[in-house]
Formats: sequence, C-alpha cells, structure tokens
Amino acid sequence: MSYLELTARQRIPAIFDAGSFEEFLPPSKRIASPHLAQLDSPVSFDDGVVVGRGKLGGHTVFGAAQEGAFMGGAVGEVHGAKLAGMLRRAIDERAYAVLLLLESGGVRLHEANAGLIAVSEVMRAMLDVRAAGIPVVAVVGGSNGCFGGMGIAARCANTVIMSEEGRLAMSGPEVIETASGVEEFDSRDRALVWRTTGGKHRYLLGDCQVLVADDTDAFRGAALDAIAALKSGEVGLTLEGLLAEQDLLARRLRDAEGVNEPMELWRRLGIPEPASVPMLEAGAFLELAQQHRARLHTGEQ
Amino acid sequence: MDWQTLATQLFPGGHAIVERDNFLSGSAQVGGQPIDVIGTTGHVPIGIEIALAQATAILNTVQQHPGRPILILVDTQGQRLRHRDEMLGINSYMAHLGKCVDLARRKGHAVIGLVYDQALSGGFITSGLIASACYALPQATIRVMGLPAMARITKVPEERLTELARDNPVFAPGPENYLRMGGLHGIWGEGTGGDLARELARALAECTPDDRRMALGLERGGRLLAQPVADAVRTGSDVRPA
Repeated sequence: MSYLELTARQRIPAIFDAGSFEEFLPPSKRIASPHLAQLDSPVSFDDGVVVGRGKLGGHTVFGAAQEGAFMGGAVGEVHGAKLAGMLRRAIDERAYAVLLLLESGGVRLHEANAGLIAVSEVMRAMLDVRAAGIPVVAVVGGSNGCFGGMGIAARCANTVIMSEEGRLAMSGPEVIETASGVEEFDSRDRALVWRTTGGKHRYLLGDCQVLVADDTDAFRGAALDAIAALKSGEVGLTLEGLLAEQDLLARRLRDAEGVNEPMELWRRLGIPEPASVPMLEAGAFLELAQQHRARLHTGEQ
Repeated sequence: MDWQTLATQLFPGGHAIVERDNFLSGSAQVGGQPIDVIGTTGHVPIGIEIALAQATAILNTVQQHPGRPILILVDTQGQRLRHRDEMLGINSYMAHLGKCVDLARRKGHAVIGLVYDQALSGGFITSGLIASACYALPQATIRVMGLPAMARITKVPEERLTELARDNPVFAPGPENYLRMGGLHGIWGEGTGGDLARELARALAECTPDDRRMALGLERGGRLLAQPVADAVRTGSDVRPA
C-alpha cells in the first residue's frame, strides 16, 4: 500500500502493530487551535496531529503522525504542545523508541509567533528524549513533504527514513521563487524540485539514512530495523557524533564549490551517469548509491 | 544597535570579539569569569556557511573550555532563501547548529541568546530559541514573517492582520509579544537603566537547563493552551482551562 497519499490516521495502523495504538487527547476531546476562528479559518479537533503510544514489533513505541491535509501539517500552539507532551511522556514512561511520521510545512503562519516557539520546543523535547537513551526515528514520505522548522526538527532525530517521493528541505520552492525570483528557483519545474529536495538526493548527500520504496510495509520494516540498530548504541548527542556531522557538512561545502545543479553534485560523488538517477528503480538506485553516497566518518577513522 | 556598541555595553572591561563576513566570535569577561561569544550582524541571512561557522565555534568552546558560558548575539533577517542552500540541505546545517547548542547545554555550559537587532524565523529557531534562555533589547524586532507576506500566504487581508496584531501576541512582531508567550525570558535594560553588563551577569546566574517556556507563556498570559495541552497529553488527563 502506498504511504504517500494516506492520511495520518491511516498511516498509524499501517505502521504500528495492528490495533495497538492508543491516542492521547483524541479528537473526541475537541482541543482545537484557539487562534484560527478570528481568521475565519476552519479548525480541526486534533489540530492536525495524532499523538500516542502503540506497539511496534511488540515493543512500546511512542509516536505521532502529522496530517498534511489540515493546513499542510503546519505546527500551531496546540499541535506543537501535543508533540512536546507526547515526547515528555515517552521519557516518563521509558519508551522503547519514538517514531515520528512527519508531514509539515513548518510553522503555521496563522499563529506565527506561537508556532515558531512551539517548533523549537519540539526540537528540544526530541533531544531530551535522545538524552534519556530513547531512539527517535523520523519518517518523511507524505505528499506535502517536510519543510520549515519541521525540516530542521527531522534532522534532530537519530535516523531519517524517506521514500523517493518524500521531500525534505527548509524553505519551499514557492517561497524562494517569491523572494528571489523564478530564475533563482522555478517552483513549477517539478524535476528540479525533486532533484533538490527529494529522497534520492537527500540519501546521496547523507541527510537521510534510509531510503525505501513508497510502501507502508517498507516503511514499517525500515522503522523496525532502524530502532533495532539504534538500541545497541549511544542515541544521545555526543561530541564525537557532532564532530563527525560537522566534518560531513564541511566536506559537502567543499565538494559543492561552484555547483548549482544537484546532478553535478551526484557526479562529484562519483556517480557515472547522474542523468539516469531519477529513472532508476529503488533497488538499482540503492545498489549504485551504496558505493557513492556521503557518509559520516565516526569512531574508527 | 551596532554590535560594537553592544559589546562595549555588555563588557565594559573590554572584549576580544571580531567580525568576519557578518559572523561574530570571540571572548570576553563577565564578573571576572570568561565567556565565549558567537553571533551574526548586519541582519545577515543565515545560509549554510554561517550556520556551520557558528556551530564550529560552539564545538570549539565545548572542546577547549569545558563549562564556559556562551552568549549568542542574534541579528538576522532569517534563513537565506536560495536554491543552492536548499540543494545542500540548509535544514541539516540549521539542525547541526541547534544540536551543538544543545550538546553545550547538556555538558554544563550556560547558553544565553540575545536578540539585539532583528530575529526572523529560521535564522532564530536554532540559535536564540534553542539556548537555555533568550533575551532581547527593547528595540529589537522578532517575527516569523512580515504581515504583507503573511497576508499573501494565509489569504487573510493585511488590514485584518494589522488589526489583530494590535492586541494579539501571536501575530505582532516585537519583543513584548515573545515575552508574553514565554519565547523570551526577559527584555534587557528596562529595570536596570540600560545596564546590559548587569543584565548579562544576572541571566547567567539564573540560567537553568530545563525548558520552562510553556509555563512562562501561561503565567504571562500570552500562550494559554500550550502548557495545559502538553500536561494533558503527558499525564493522560483532560485539558484544564487556564
């Protein structure tokens, strides 16, 4: 089953063990945004996010799913507080892991200042979870992508899992086109948008650690594997880990000197025919990417 | 306020802060104790290079001066809006900066943010907003986006937003609104007749590692639902109205 077009409420049972998920503060409690009515905007009784606790492979995993169909999954005061509350509870109850199904345009402009503070609270809460020794895994595979502050928050997780169709970045193409002109970024050039923000590009650069086909079973399997792998190591921030990340990001800047086209970056990573990358099936792409993708150099180097 | 004037007021005993391409770094003393300073100036957009430079400076402090306090001076018009920054994963550079600040805090460094001119959205979220505590000067501007752009995206007329911004802290730029919502711990200079050195010393003394911003927003009446909702989720109870 395709993950891309599912709603948040359809994704939860498709990823977590069947029938295991218990939602915190469900829509029946009718806790909606206090800021939308004055703008004559409709509200949602879950404020666009499902948070709770379920089983994944038999372990108690806390989780959330953002609903892209409600205001693009954007984070307002209530939405952000639900995420932060769930993350704090994951620490209280010593969760096995946290799994975040992200789909968001970032800060909800209708409650701008509250949303901005809320996203920073979510980031800090995610890092608190990691500091408590609990792995945090983020999934990006929804049709609205993961942008703005939530694009940053995704990279505060231990592992990011994407599909080729997923998009992960900060400012959306339309925002850049509006601010800097169509010659800077043509938001209607879908192929360019995909090369710039899509799953394959992020995987090659090292911004996502796992790439799967757009399939709920594939995402579920990848989440199980990622959590299992993380359980055997340190999941909190470490100086060594951040120095390795700094090295990756500094190398990327050096390698990208003078480059403005993603395909040229792929070529510099050693991919022989970059123009063929968009057409490759998941399996063939992963085989090619294994040899060339940028990686963290940790520990043993 | 330009950064040199600010630095003179913060550190009357002198400082060794330098500017290079709008990136500030160096050190100074507060009450006889060393403090490291990083930041930006000239309302510079935060692109990948300057985000990485700030992160590198923080990790240097963590490695070379364990426990030394860090002051982040914020002046930015927001994240840089360029295709190349997005192609190279600016969200990862921003997240890296935020994680370096977070690591410093966990290793016992007090990290204080100070918005001394402008703070916008993505340029602010992984600097001042991820510090242990964030303050602003009274004349600072803090916002997510200007009201005209916000009107375009939300399809709410600008006149309506301007009207709402008058008494609703959620829309209006300005430090008082962020103070009411708990996003700022305080505004410097008003109670001390502009003695920024004393404000900084006090902020360092009061700095705690936990995130109390929701509670502050509730106490100050600017963000009434965040704390009750987070508590209800955390304890499995219903939301109690503030």
